[in-house]
Amino acid sequence: MFITYLLRELRRRMRQAIFIALGLALGVGLVITVTAAASGVSAGQGTVLKSLYGVGTDITVTKTPTASSGGGPGFRFGGGKGTSVSRSVLVSGGLGTLKSSDVTAVAGQKDVSAAVGALVLNDLKFSGSFSPGGTGGGRGGQSAGSSGSFNANSFTVTGVDPADDSLGPLASGTIISGHAITSSEAHKNVAVVDSDYATSASLKVGSTVAVAGRNFTVVGIVRAAQGVTDADVYIPLARAQALASMTNEVNTIYVSAASATDVAAAASAVSRALPGATVTTSSDLASQVTGSLSSASTLAKSMGKWLAVVVLAVAFGLASLLTVSAVTRRVREFGTLKAIGWTSRRIIRQVMGEALVIGVVGGAVGVAIGYAAAAVVQAMVPPLTATTGSANQHSGGFGRPAAAAAHTVSVHLTAPVSGSAVVLAVALAIAGGLVAGSFGSWRAVRLRPAAALARVV
Amino acid sequence: MYELSGVTKVYPKGRTTVHALQGVDLAIEDGDWLAIQGPTGHGKSTLLQILGGLDRPTSGSVRLSDRDLATLKEKELTKVRAASIGFIFQTFNLIPTLTAQENVETALVPLGVSTGERRERASQALADVGLAERARHLPSELSGGQQQRVAIARALVKRPAVLLADEPTGNLDEGTRDEIMALLGELWRERGLTMVMVTHDSSVAKRAQRIGLMREGKLTVRHAASPDPGLPCGVPGRHALRVLD
Repeated sequence: MFITYLLRELRRRMRQAIFIALGLALGVGLVITVTAAASGVSAGQGTVLKSLYGVGTDITVTKTPTASSGGGPGFRFGGGKGTSVSRSVLVSGGLGTLKSSDVTAVAGQKDVSAAVGALVLNDLKFSGSFSPGGTGGGRGGQSAGSSGSFNANSFTVTGVDPADDSLGPLASGTIISGHAITSSEAHKNVAVVDSDYATSASLKVGSTVAVAGRNFTVVGIVRAAQGVTDADVYIPLARAQALASMTNEVNTIYVSAASATDVAAAASAVSRALPGATVTTSSDLASQVTGSLSSASTLAKSMGKWLAVVVLAVAFGLASLLTVSAVTRRVREFGTLKAIGWTSRRIIRQVMGEALVIGVVGGAVGVAIGYAAAAVVQAMVPPLTATTGSANQHSGGFGRPAAAAAHTVSVHLTAPVSGSAVVLAVALAIAGGLVAGSFGSWRAVRLRPAAALARVV
Repeated sequence: MYELSGVTKVYPKGRTTVHALQGVDLAIEDGDWLAIQGPTGHGKSTLLQILGGLDRPTSGSVRLSDRDLATLKEKELTKVRAASIGFIFQTFNLIPTLTAQENVETALVPLGVSTGERRERASQALADVGLAERARHLPSELSGGQQQRVAIARALVKRPAVLLADEPTGNLDEGTRDEIMALLGELWRERGLTMVMVTHDSSVAKRAQRIGLMREGKLTVRHAASPDPGLPCGVPGRHALRVLD
């Protein structure tokens, strides 16, 4: 009798039941979609931060460049009329220098588990011809009485310490061909090339790439993590220092804290050890990230969350109102059932059962809506960008100190629907049904049979 | 069966107070058929509701066999209604989404009867009121008279000690009214039911053994009369008094 009565009643007020179920479905679907989008945005932010840091990096240490810092030899040309020149140099454009001994000092700090240094450089190549008058260029790039036409090309080069490849700029990438630079190759002219650069420059393992005019053998191709814009070419740190005339110098130190909870303490220790340095943690970077990814994060986490809450609250409220209204319309029915001996508990069970079925149906439809909407979000949202002025800077050039250059990462947003989000959403739908049923049951229980029947007569 | 003593019912209505029942004393024996007449708003239905445990008196006692309904808790009252009291309403009060068979079965649900026995007894009850072939019809597919027959079947399927009817023919035409009253009369005779019926209709009231008159919350009861040969009597052979309209 319970099931029969329940199903017949739902069929009788099918339109209302569908309306309530759809309301709950909308709220549930929104919760799933917003949760999925928020997960995707968090994942995107994680990718951004990883790209800026490398996997395993909790802290980066850099130094603000001064006018005289930045390393790199100047250009000097000489010769008579119509002289053709081609010169390639390595320069550290946007970062000040730190000593290799600073890396050791940082590694020895409390709460620090490891530290590696790197040199982030630009390989600048000039080629062309010039008229006599002698053109000299030091770090300031001065010239006098010359004319000519030049082509300038550049690509980014990072000197990495092969002793520890779990930390640093290469850590987030994947070697897809060949191998990473080994410790035995620390002083050799070997290079690992970014896959996109390799494609554009037609490089493969065994090819030769010129860095600062020296030929380097490509021993590996690395694919950067999604959305990461890293160096084009990686060479051993020692070779980069030599070619850039920056012996025993680095311009970025990558630091791994002993544990996630020690990051702040480690950062403080490093700051004390290197008073003039800029110490940046991942949370510092996260707060600096701007761009459409940051906007999407705000949208998903605050507005999206509140929108889902509001829609669910409205759905709950509507469901409750409509259920109470349906119970009120069945005053005679419930009064009669009480008159013939049905207990209040049996009637409550009936009302709650009807509301629960609507809730479950709403939850199921909501899950389908959530999955569909998340798929649409994933398919339709254009790549988002995240920009921060930070550690890995691959710009600036000609020996001039550059302003802290922005680092922009492009991220394709995903919207993964997690099992826990589905469970939460279905639980919310069922809760909505139970809330509505409770209001309806309260209304039904308050009904006195005599009063219920008297209304009708 | 019933012993009412000093029953009063007072309730507020807006700014006034309504004295629906004023010191009603009434005894109903097993197998009695009592019809209660009176002007509208003078307490007939209130008395019926108190007899059925649907409402409580403000004061006085309402003994049904050995139990005082006025003092029972709601749960116990519900059990008494489930097992011992059958109701018939003016507007039939069938559940619109259930078939005739299922409507009759609703009376057996609170008694914990097994599904098989419930169906069998409901089916028999419908047959007893001449509606076996309409078992699968919804109330909307039945005439007024048929719906009232289903309601009678629902009231009687649990073999109640007493049948309470509130204007059972109020919504029926004359011909159907007579059919229903004939059916009720037959069932009353065959099963030895105790019946209490509220009605405006004198022709219905005259069928009863005794007729009560409610005026301003006070009840006077006399045996049914058959002063005119043309008027129907309560039970054949019984002496009857003139009935007041």
